Amino acid sequence: MEARAGRLKVFLGMAAGVGKTVRMLQEGHAAADSGRDVVVALLETHRREDTARAAEGLSILPRRIVDYRGTALQEMDLPAILARAPELCLIDELAHTNAPGLEHAKRWEDVRDVLRAGIDVLTTVNVQHLESLNDRVTELSGVVVRETIPDAVVGSADEIVLIDLTPEALLERLRAGKVYPAERVDAALNNFFKVENLAALREFSLRQVAEEVEAQRVGHAAAALPRREEHEQGDRAPQAVGERLMAAVEPLPSCQRLVRRAWRSAQRLGAELDVVWVQPPGRPPTDEEEARLGALRTLCSVLGAHLLVESGDDVAVAIAEAARRRGTTYILLGASRPPRGLARMREPLPLQLIRKLPGVDVRIVADRALRKETPS
Amino acid sequence: MTVLLIVVAAVVLGLAAGWWLPPNGRLGKRSATATAPTVRRILLPFTGTSISSRSLQAALRLCKAENATLMPAYLARVPRTLPLDAAVPRQASEAMPLLEAIEQQAHAQDVPVDTRIERGRTYRHALSRLLDGEKVDRVIVSANGDTDHGLSEEDLVWLLREAPAEVLILRPGPADDRVVSAAAVAGHF
Repeated sequence: MEARAGRLKVFLGMAAGVGKTVRMLQEGHAAADSGRDVVVALLETHRREDTARAAEGLSILPRRIVDYRGTALQEMDLPAILARAPELCLIDELAHTNAPGLEHAKRWEDVRDVLRAGIDVLTTVNVQHLESLNDRVTELSGVVVRETIPDAVVGSADEIVLIDLTPEALLERLRAGKVYPAERVDAALNNFFKVENLAALREFSLRQVAEEVEAQRVGHAAAALPRREEHEQGDRAPQAVGERLMAAVEPLPSCQRLVRRAWRSAQRLGAELDVVWVQPPGRPPTDEEEARLGALRTLCSVLGAHLLVESGDDVAVAIAEAARRRGTTYILLGASRPPRGLARMREPLPLQLIRKLPGVDVRIVADRALRKETPS
Repeated sequence: MTVLLIVVAAVVLGLAAGWWLPPNGRLGKRSATATAPTVRRILLPFTGTSISSRSLQAALRLCKAENATLMPAYLARVPRTLPLDAAVPRQASEAMPLLEAIEQQAHAQDVPVDTRIERGRTYRHALSRLLDGEKVDRVIVSANGDTDHGLSEEDLVWLLREAPAEVLILRPGPADDRVVSAAAVAGHF
């Protein structure tokens, strides 16, 4: 039987100095007090007294020394953690890049190994390290964040704790020398630590956690639903707090426009976008479909949208199931082709979706090819 | 009686055929399309927030003349700090309205469109990845002389040498300041 994977808890903050590490250490103490075997595998105090004090009394694994081009670097000792096999491991700074030559290039990959060994992990990360936010953070603050982690790493966490602080309070801490040493305070205030930057980063953090909370809530609610008749499930489908869009597409060039429109709408609403294609079961995609699907996959990846390939005979049922599972609030469809044969007897797809998904908006995006006026 | 039966059978057959066939006689059109040779594709790579109107019109004229599909492709640069397959929403938000504007102009001229966004570490890298992954018959680029934005002279030389397709480089012209940008999108987007 496969061993249980460890649980991952992430302390997410908008910037350095909000108190993520201290909070992680407090939880480590609480776990140790309740009798769990707790080890601090990696702690970055950044010479902060509060942080060093919070770690007192916890077992701290020594770091290993790695020689890199004549410089001795101190890195987390992954083999020592796995050999020690504690119940709970505290690992600071999830986005850290390891020195070359270690087991993995990134610390989040080390954490993955620790979790696979059945060890629970508490870790910390700032929101600007999330890949999907990276270029927006750069645009906003002018600061290029070089250490990034895939969103899925944070998304896969069992718990995410937002360590929140108002920008003003954080700046107060910074000026009081509680974040950086006195000689670095002015530079920090003149660069990254500006109220407008911090306010935007705070919003990113709040949104990120809200989305994760919602995804978990919808997931739990969907799992708890009893297997009933479809229309009953529709009535009882978990209602999402924020907007979540779904574009139902076919792998056709014309559908790229639908995805673009859906993405623009998602951007305006600050919502996530799923793109779904219902593949006929038992028939592998043709070469042409595969190529078009590849183009669609690339487009979704560029946009940060999620491409779902569902299999089903009944397109409406498959889309409705995917929408319930994802907590969709808004479905966008392209204009349907004229039905043929017995398909004329069938209820049109938008009407089926409206019936199957009460409370979900359904929007039909027009085909520009049918619009004949000359653009101005 | 027999005549009546024949008439009834003919009416029933006629109704069934009318029911089965799609409206507007599309079956005939589809058959014609199915036997047509492989569709030619003309790649129109671009960067930034606008595209030279002259390049676009040239590409559209060629597509129309050759019954080809226009493939406008936005080239996005991914910083080395990010994986090559990372989402680039800021650049995508530049590309989206521009692709929409191009698609609208193409549809106004009955030219089919198949848009792309390709990522790379540099514009040349993005173009190289695009050419590796797509079969195109012709590439149209504009030599606008602006080496800070878009493809450089070296990139154009590379394109001529490496592209597995005909390359059409439009020399700089007096009308190059006329561009198609997001402002050209008609209606709500």
